[in-house]
Amino acid sequence: MKFFWRDITLAVATLSVAVGVGASSANAADWGPYQVEDRRSGYTYMTDESRAMQVDTFQNPGMLWVEEGADLWTTVDGKAGKSCSTCHGDAAESMKGIGARYPVVDEGMGKLKNVEQQINSCRGKNMEAAPYKWESKEMLSLTSYVNHQSLGLPVSVKVDGAAAPFFEKGKAFYYERRGQLDMSCSQCHEDNAGNMVRANILSEGQINGFPTYRLKWQKPGSTHRRFRGCNKQVRSTPFGYGSDEYVNLELYVKWRGRGLPVETPAVRN
Amino acid sequence: MASNVKPRVRVPGKAAKGEIVEIKTLISHNMESGRRKGKDGKLIPRSIINKFEVTFNGKSVFSSDWQPAISANPYMSIFAKVDESGEFAFKWTDDGGSIYEKTSKITVS
Repeated sequence: MKFFWRDITLAVATLSVAVGVGASSANAADWGPYQVEDRRSGYTYMTDESRAMQVDTFQNPGMLWVEEGADLWTTVDGKAGKSCSTCHGDAAESMKGIGARYPVVDEGMGKLKNVEQQINSCRGKNMEAAPYKWESKEMLSLTSYVNHQSLGLPVSVKVDGAAAPFFEKGKAFYYERRGQLDMSCSQCHEDNAGNMVRANILSEGQINGFPTYRLKWQKPGSTHRRFRGCNKQVRSTPFGYGSDEYVNLELYVKWRGRGLPVETPAVRN
Repeated sequence: MASNVKPRVRVPGKAAKGEIVEIKTLISHNMESGRRKGKDGKLIPRSIINKFEVTFNGKSVFSSDWQPAISANPYMSIFAKVDESGEFAFKWTDDGGSIYEKTSKITVS
């Protein structure tokens, strides 16, 4: 009788463990808008604490830069006596969707341009002001502010027509091995997403949250800063900020995250 | 000396008597730890916020000393029990002696 009861208890215990595990993994797999088909935002690879920090717009330190960008938006600069809002008005209207569809082909330049380049081109042509340095506080603030207007919109870049050759170049870059370690982007972010690289967890390398506030950097960084960091880690010589190689890559990587929501400013570790 | 320091606080506008409310604060500050070296190989002098204090109607409700390991743009949230209407005053003091202040009113019904 005694043995019988113990067996029952064990069986029940085993059963409840199995149910428990099943339920929690089902929860973990449900990422809502942060997963589209098999594509997962970097958000889903973070700890609960970092995710909470991102979602709470007060706690999110990237919002400090967004607020700074809102100030810059209406600040008159340059010889033409204009601010961004002189032409574009309310950013909530005019900049909605920009973060989701850039980089785009600029017909005048005959190549791709991203948000940073568009800002500097506007500053040069229309405001007659000095361009911002790529990783400066002003550039990060204004880019964060512009991209933030698309918060929650699905990433949707145009990769056909005039953009097709640049998309192909970006794709080739992604799969090309480089550096002393002879590694391509895909070897970490496609083949090993979710695995550990030493003490860090590899994500799919989605860029839907850029400029992203990185806790390690203690400030937001641009997509190109992230690309340069990755390139240095495989011991290859990084390309310059705003180089054609990186803008092409930006288009391709953004396409890989098609459908994911714009998260700017995202918080990552 | 940190430049362009902007404090932000969020206090609920209204609360019931005796309610425990959450107060959130965030301040943009680069919190230079004093351990990093600049391009010239010399240590960058420490410049952090070393003290954070909260008072309610002039009475201290929270006070903390901050150390170099605290991140840049520090976020701090505290809970306080409110029995009367009044004003929360927040004060950050940094190594350069600069004081950043912000106040926020709460109405208790």
